[in-house]
Amino acid sequence: MIAPFFERLNKTAGLNFSPFYDAYDWGRLLEGMWISVELIACIIAVSLVIGVVGAGAQTSKSRVIRFLIAAYIEIFRNTPPIVQLLFFYFGLGAITPQVDMGGWYEPIIGSFGWAVIAIGIFGGSYNVEIFRSGIEAVPSTTTEAAESLGFSNFKIFVYITLPLAFRFCLPALTNNIISLAKTASLAYVIAVPEITYTLSSIWSDNVNVPEMMILLFAYYIILVAMIAKGMHLLEKRLALPGYGQ
Amino acid sequence: MSRSAAPQTDWTPDQPIIALKDVRKSFGHLEVLKGIDLHVMKGEVICIIGPSGSGKSTLIRTINGLTPVTAGSVKVEGQEVHDDKLDKLALRRKIGIVFQQYNLFPHRTVLQNVMMAPVLVLHENKREVEERARSLLAKVQLSGKEDAYPAQLSGGQQQRVAIARSLCMRPDVMLFDEVTAALDPEMVKEVLVTIKELAAEGMTCVLVTHEMGFAREVCDRVYFTDAGLIVESGPPKQVFGDPQDARTKEFLSKVL
Repeated sequence: MIAPFFERLNKTAGLNFSPFYDAYDWGRLLEGMWISVELIACIIAVSLVIGVVGAGAQTSKSRVIRFLIAAYIEIFRNTPPIVQLLFFYFGLGAITPQVDMGGWYEPIIGSFGWAVIAIGIFGGSYNVEIFRSGIEAVPSTTTEAAESLGFSNFKIFVYITLPLAFRFCLPALTNNIISLAKTASLAYVIAVPEITYTLSSIWSDNVNVPEMMILLFAYYIILVAMIAKGMHLLEKRLALPGYGQ
Repeated sequence: MSRSAAPQTDWTPDQPIIALKDVRKSFGHLEVLKGIDLHVMKGEVICIIGPSGSGKSTLIRTINGLTPVTAGSVKVEGQEVHDDKLDKLALRRKIGIVFQQYNLFPHRTVLQNVMMAPVLVLHENKREVEERARSLLAKVQLSGKEDAYPAQLSGGQQQRVAIARSLCMRPDVMLFDEVTAALDPEMVKEVLVTIKELAAEGMTCVLVTHEMGFAREVCDRVYFTDAGLIVESGPPKQVFGDPQDARTKEFLSKVL
């Protein structure tokens, strides 16, 4: 029923939403959406790990470690993500080892891998600062109580500081995660077959640029709304009963 | 779980469980403690009183090593607290401390607050700890509040959770740092009753307090501090009834 409708729409109104009646384009669209979701999930995961580890390392006593973290933030927060992506893919990608695939050679890290690394590191530089603000909002008296109960510094961080810091910085984290989900579309320039790349190849084949653009917009609006909703539910779930009221 | 053997000291229970000798503490150029001598015997209840800014809180915090000292010696069960080689965990399981602002873990329920340290730090059996935690909460009159979060409780209730949380580590000594100072008057009593029960059971207690009535009634000995020094000490009857030093007299005339 859907396919005939879009076929008729194409014939009568000239609006060509080819993926909705053409099985081949439908397959491409699904694949693009799936790779996009995968890419976004991997990027967010990498950025969160970097954020937590970086913010933890920032509280280190070693001046060298603190300097390295600060340098990392300065470099990756103050340069455009697309420049970083190109640097990683064409700069570092050119000097990474190649793997013998039985006759032909492939780089050990593909374009998907480089997109995850580059945009993950970019997002991580923001997350370090976001987690740091959360950590600083944890009252020192609370961690002192844990210290008095014999908690080691590591246990204080894992069981007291981190759970509280995470709650405190969740609104800022939501913003950055949404921003990262959108930045993931930059992977298009290094030919990761995610949604933007896929739709651009569909519109090159069918010359239906405006229609596919609308589709692309709709995809991101729905995806980001879902992420925002999810984060909001998480915020509600983690809310501390009675706290701050 | 049996207690791990403490490092060898020649301490015996008839010696002071806490002994401070010439303890000095400076924050920058400000000398807050100017040579404190203080001792506490096992089972004693000691009150430290004195005007604000006299170093009472700093003093009590040096006992469990939260505030490092500049000079002097703090010994708990014969062991130097301010020794870099000291096993901090061994010290802290011996000493419980309760703070003015309760400092509960806001993301954990009342029961979890009490259970966390024995389970995570001492690796005790969870079921045994839970049993002990529930009975301690019953003891501080908080049965039924096990699943509440700290922010859902009144100040007095939170402070009693904090006391139960410390007790669940089965300490030898309890330190109380102005534990009623942030409470509404009607909640002060419920917390003092808890401490009084504890004292009656023979727990060694050191309190920094402004509750003179409580100090007079419950304490074995009172230390009066002023400007970083212990000005006067003795049984409450003597310190409150017949103060020797002019500064003690002046302070008591203001607060009593």
